Amino acid sequence: MKYVLMFVETEQFAADLTAMGDAERDRAYARVQQWFAENYDKITHHARLMSPDAATTLRLDRGEPLVTDGPFVEGKEVVSGFTEIEVADLDEALRLAKSWPGCPVVEIRPMAS
Amino acid sequence: MAGLPGGGDPPDGVVTQPSHAELARVVRECAGRLTASLVHLVGDFAAAEDLVQDAIEAALTHWPAEGIPDRPDAWLYTVARRRGLDVLRRESRYREKLALVAWPAEPEPDDRLRLIFTCCHPALPRAGQVALTLRVVCGLTTAQIARAFLIPESTVGQRITRAKRKISDAGIPYRIPPADELGARLAEVLAVIYLLFNEGYLCSGGRHAQSRDLTDEAEFLAALLDDLMPTEPEVAGLLALIRLHRARAAARFDQNSEIIQLQQQDRSLWDHDVIADAGRMIARAAAFRRPGPYQLQAAIVACHAEAERWEDTDWTQIVVLYDMLLYLAPSPVTRLHRAIALRYVTGPAAALREVEALADDLNGYHLFHATRAELLRDLGHPDQAQAADARALALTANPAQRSLLRQRLNWA
Repeated sequence: MKYVLMFVETEQFAADLTAMGDAERDRAYARVQQWFAENYDKITHHARLMSPDAATTLRLDRGEPLVTDGPFVEGKEVVSGFTEIEVADLDEALRLAKSWPGCPVVEIRPMAS
Repeated sequence: MAGLPGGGDPPDGVVTQPSHAELARVVRECAGRLTASLVHLVGDFAAAEDLVQDAIEAALTHWPAEGIPDRPDAWLYTVARRRGLDVLRRESRYREKLALVAWPAEPEPDDRLRLIFTCCHPALPRAGQVALTLRVVCGLTTAQIARAFLIPESTVGQRITRAKRKISDAGIPYRIPPADELGARLAEVLAVIYLLFNEGYLCSGGRHAQSRDLTDEAEFLAALLDDLMPTEPEVAGLLALIRLHRARAAARFDQNSEIIQLQQQDRSLWDHDVIADAGRMIARAAAFRRPGPYQLQAAIVACHAEAERWEDTDWTQIVVLYDMLLYLAPSPVTRLHRAIALRYVTGPAAALREVEALADDLNGYHLFHATRAELLRDLGHPDQAQAADARALALTANPAQRSLLRQRLNWA
């Protein structure tokens, strides 16, 4: 089955990352790189997103298209990237997500076939 | 004569009209196995579950009047299989799958374990896990589940439908989790069984005569799990805990369905054989040297159950067991229970101090106020005690407990 792992950053996580020294931050990124390397055979696609500050939202259900600045939902937890995986079932997806060394929340969503 | 619906070979012998308890027991024994066989047959959990539910509904229509057939499993299987074949005929791989249809379909014992772990997968909400387990593993109908939990049938139906859809849409596997995940997944299963037991135990006062007793289902599930996983001490612990509570059921209520408190119970009404057996089960579990919350709770209840008189209760041992339980599973409710035991070791003043420290966490919990009331009464503060009783009364929804608290308000 195909799933998308949505990586969710919290404010605390972003602050911790900013507060890190360069060497420590490099190590954190290296752990994430290693995770991708270890699981390359299950990962079919990956995208990292710019911060929500860079987002633009368009509403099409209110007559004229309405363009607004920012993400469609304001929150302390934001999706910072997503990875498409192909695994046998939810348990395998969960095992993969549990070993994720990056941000503290991961949503696992099956892809509609 | 309980012939197979729509013709077929009638089984030998005629059985007299079954009691409600017999019906429940037979359905419960068959349901899980039948579902497990049909998952193999139709290759789909949700479809198999529907077929079994149909067969059980048919049985509950026929058996009360016609008697339980000699081979209830074969009867249910025949009905379910006939419906299953109709489902399969609509599929392209019909012939291939048809080749697998054979009776007797004796599934491996592990198959019911797969069912249980699938129904209690952590990706399902607790309410869905509970409803699905009762239906799939215990063979309750949606209506029976609704009656047991005093909720509308449509709500139960919705929970089942959503849970089954999630199993298929999210790709929840039909299997026993691997060793490295088994601990956490088993804890989830035990939590579901424990919830069922608590729900049934608290409601066991004035229940509808035709309801399935949730404590029966909980004991059945725990015993089944213990059978299938004999080296998991927490499973044995939960089973012992359930049996110890049930062994004392006859003494818990008076003729008016009012709760009789432990101290006032007639201990000769307890089932001392069951209590002794549960004690041995706890000892066997302890030999694995993997203590856990259910083993410890069972040991605490055993301390009460094994005391010949209230005065013989080993309160010091109970406090020690609560300390261990708090170490493994800290919780304000457990601290409250420890404080209740402490009252008999170091006295009501020390116990009240412990209880007061829990005010922030337990202000909304009726037992917190009821315990405070008892301790305040012991310490000679009847007015404060009465206020605490009133708070407790306002917080409990269980009729028997309300009535106990109301009595106390009267004579306090």
